[in-house]
This record gives sequence, C-alpha cells and structure tokens, in this order.
Amino acid sequence: MGLVQLQRQLVDYRTSLYDEGFLDEQFTQLQELQDENNPDFVVEVVSLFFEDSERLLNELSKALEQQIIDFKRMDARVHQLKGSSSSIGAQRVRQLCIVFRNYCEAQNREGCQKCLQQVKHEYSIVKTKLESMFQLEQQILNAGGSIPV
Amino acid sequence: MGMAADSEFHVLAVDDSIIDRKLIERLLKTSSYQVTTVDSGSKALEFLGLHEDLHDRIDQNTPSVSPNNHQEVEVNLVITDYCMPGMTGYDLLKKIKESSSLKNIPVVIMSSENVPSRISRCLEEGAEEFFLKPVRLSDLNKLRPHMLKTKSKDHCKEQVDEKTAFPSPKQEGKEESNNNKRKATEEGVSPERTRPRPRPRPNGITTMV
Repeated sequence: MGLVQLQRQLVDYRTSLYDEGFLDEQFTQLQELQDENNPDFVVEVVSLFFEDSERLLNELSKALEQQIIDFKRMDARVHQLKGSSSSIGAQRVRQLCIVFRNYCEAQNREGCQKCLQQVKHEYSIVKTKLESMFQLEQQILNAGGSIPV
Repeated sequence: MGMAADSEFHVLAVDDSIIDRKLIERLLKTSSYQVTTVDSGSKALEFLGLHEDLHDRIDQNTPSVSPNNHQEVEVNLVITDYCMPGMTGYDLLKKIKESSSLKNIPVVIMSSENVPSRISRCLEEGAEEFFLKPVRLSDLNKLRPHMLKTKSKDHCKEQVDEKTAFPSPKQEGKEESNNNKRKATEEGVSPERTRPRPRPRPNGITTMV
C-alpha cells in the first residue's frame, strides 16, 4: 500500500474511533501534547493506561470471587479506572465505570459482575483498536511519511 | 528584576495515578514550567522540606520543620489531585497552609468529580484554583499569575495590595463560555492571604449541571 493510502487509512480509522464513541476529545488533547521533542508521548501514556487497567481489572475479578465482597474497595478501583480512562479519552470504558460505581454503591454483586464483564469487553476492544492505530502510524513512519493530524 | 521567565517556575505535581502524573507533567512542561511529580501527599511534604515527626507529635497541626526551616528546593506552586489514598489533596492543602514556611505557596486542586461542597471547602482552605479532570492546557494558563505573586512576595514581609501590583491576565468578571462545562473556579485573584478563611465568594463558582 502506498504512503498516501496508508495516511488516508489512518485518518479514516481514527475518525471512526471517534464516531463510534471509542474515543472522545481528550484523546485529541493527548495528540496535541505530542511533538518532535516528545514523539512517543501518546503511545507512552496509552501503554501506561493498558498496564494500569489490566492490573485493576484483575483485582476487580479477584474481588468479585470472594465470599464476602469489599464493595468499598472495589469502588475505589473502579474510580481509578474511570479516572485513567477519562484521562486518555477512552470514552466507552469511562462510561461503563460510572455504571459500575453505581452497582458498587448499591452493593449489587450480580450487577457488578455483569458490569465487570462489559468493562473487560470494552477495554479489550479499545485496546485492540488503539494498537491497530499505532501500527498504522508506525507503518507510515517506516515508509518515510509523517502522521497526518 | 523583570518578569521571571516561565522556566524559572517550578511546579510540584502530586497524583497517585501514574497516567495522570505523566499527563500533568507533559502539560506543565509544554507550558514551560519545571516539574517534579510525586505520588503522594506525604512525599510532597517531604519534598517541600516539611517533615512530620509521627512519634513525637505534640500538636497535630504544627509538624516539625527540618533544620533548614525553609524548602529544600524552591517550589512556586503545588498542583494536587484531591482523591488520593492516605493523605488527600485537601489534607495536603491544609498542611501547607498551616505551615509558616510553606503557607505562601499557591496550591491548586484537581478532581475528576464536580462536587460543589468539595470545591468550596478547598477554596475556603486557601486553594487558588480547582480544576476538573482531565486538566487541559487552557487551565494551566491560569497558574502563572499565582506564581508571579509568590516570586515578588519573597522580597516583602508585609502583604501588598496585589491588585495594583500586577496586571493579571485573569480579568474580574471574565468567564470563558466553555468553562461552564469544564470546571468550577473563582473569578479574580484573592488579595488577602493573611486573613483567616473563609473567603465569601457566593457567585464566583461555576458548576457543571
């Protein structure tokens, strides 16, 4: 695929992520903070988000497996996940966290379990999509092109 | 003594989230500030040179100060997350304002939650600004006037009427229209720093509906 086509594909892909609600304006803010002196900023922050989210999701899974559930502690973790997804613009994950927190507050085990599954699902989708987008960007750079804004 | 260059301003950013620390660091550096990030209130106090002697606390409100009796490193502003395990941003704010050596350092609070009572409490305790997360570059434009005040304050013992001293870019009554959606903040700069709180600002707070 030629460079121009790759760049076109990237722009279309990125646009779709916004249109489909996976990403919100905060992701654009991240991109605006990236420049020649900090060319990997977005990838770095998003990578931190992946690591942090996986840790939190694991902890939430474990918490829900317990006989006695510590809803308060779970809520604290969901709050963290909500914060970090908000910071990188992962809109669907953030929105699910809001629902999840309501279930924690209501101490609703079943609701929490369902929500956790949904969050895990949305998280894995946005992770895959972002990784695909970064791969496209890398292909463009490798072809000697620049990333269109 | 002219206007200090922004890179002379050193901001201490406090947040338990590694993502948010990375973000605030980039935002601050983009605004040409020097940045130090720490992940807790207690580490912030340590960095500021305020050591709390936990075994020997006579009065909880006056932690012992290190032998230097001033900051190890000059910090022109502290920006801190509100919700942190252990010491919250509010607790940190209080400790700074209660410390004779640190109380003149402007403190800004960040929070992902728009809770009007929380915002009032922080502002009454002496926070200069309250930013809703995620924080944007445009929010950071509001920091400079607070830091400029501090720089010149180092040379005065008495409080001056700061309204006459500096042409503050933040005009009284000016409200950016999109601020209604983003954050709650006060208009203008508080001139009195030595008067005890609360500062009555009933109309200054814009909250998101």
